[in-house]
Amino acid sequence: MTKKALIIIPCFNEEQSIAILLGELSMIDFSGHYDVNVIVVNDGSIDKTAEVVSQFDIILLDLTVNLGIGGAVQTGFKYALENDFDVAIQVDGDGQHPPAEIQKLLNVYHETKSNIVIGSRFITKRGFQSSALRRFGIFYLHWLNKVFTKKNIYDITSGFRLFDKKAIALAARYYPDEYPEPESLVIFAKAGFSIAETPVMMKPRQGGQSSIRYFSQMYYMIKVTIAMFFSYIRKVK
Amino acid sequence: MQKIQIIIIFINSLLLFYIARLIIKGKLREEYAIAWIVCTIVLMFFSFWRNGLEVLAKAFGIFEAPNLVFTSFIFIILIYLLHLSMVNTKLQKDITKLTQEIALMKQKVKKDESNDAA
Repeated sequence: MTKKALIIIPCFNEEQSIAILLGELSMIDFSGHYDVNVIVVNDGSIDKTAEVVSQFDIILLDLTVNLGIGGAVQTGFKYALENDFDVAIQVDGDGQHPPAEIQKLLNVYHETKSNIVIGSRFITKRGFQSSALRRFGIFYLHWLNKVFTKKNIYDITSGFRLFDKKAIALAARYYPDEYPEPESLVIFAKAGFSIAETPVMMKPRQGGQSSIRYFSQMYYMIKVTIAMFFSYIRKVK
Repeated sequence: MQKIQIIIIFINSLLLFYIARLIIKGKLREEYAIAWIVCTIVLMFFSFWRNGLEVLAKAFGIFEAPNLVFTSFIFIILIYLLHLSMVNTKLQKDITKLTQEIALMKQKVKKDESNDAA
């Protein structure tokens, strides 16, 4: 039986890179186990993102207000839940996550049946690696995550992730809106989900700006630390 | 009664009147108005009973009466700010939910329309 997979692409002002990404996606043949649908969540972009996207034959969810990456992705999870998808994969709209690597996540999911599959930059040292300061931050988060989840996950901040049905249902109900990745891992670990990780090649962003820039890096660390701590002690409803 | 007391009482009455008007016009929700009404009542109370502040300060062991005013007001303001942050958090959550719901519904309507056209 073919399963339904949803590719969720959150984007905020990605008019340059989104067309390339959607073009690449349309070339890929996912035939086999999965019936793949693509959904773009336009997070209140003020450029021509929505126009560019509507030229493609895919589903567009248009957010009237900018919610931040987490709120945008969560909209995709809500869609996946309503339309009964088996897996959902987040692929960032800036072109960092090469569509060719999606199959890898699906394969790992197929083999391990994990609730979450993370596409990781760090397991092997191939492809795009980020700056030293960012790497230190990621090292710290790795340690923090180990404290809170008792799991060894290498790429805590990777947004390139696959969610199974159970994870979709949880994320549709509760997903952090700002810098969601590290915090959501704590939530998933508490829910008892299994988390698998697979190395992927990532590219430097094709355009636009990272959501984590110099001035906000300190803020990012503090915010994420607090958020992870409170997610850890909070009772799962 | 001294001049300053009359001025304070007058200004206080104006403030109370203005808050009442805001509530009547629906520009201020009653739950937020409570704090403001309590504040004006406290001010009113001490403008009638001028020595009250000194008496209270002495009771708390504070030498300068104005310090009692500053300490208690800063504390109250901090608590009120916390309350506003809570309100803000709730609003943000609600807006997120609504925005997501609207996007999902817009998509559904569009799909139904194109199905009808076909």
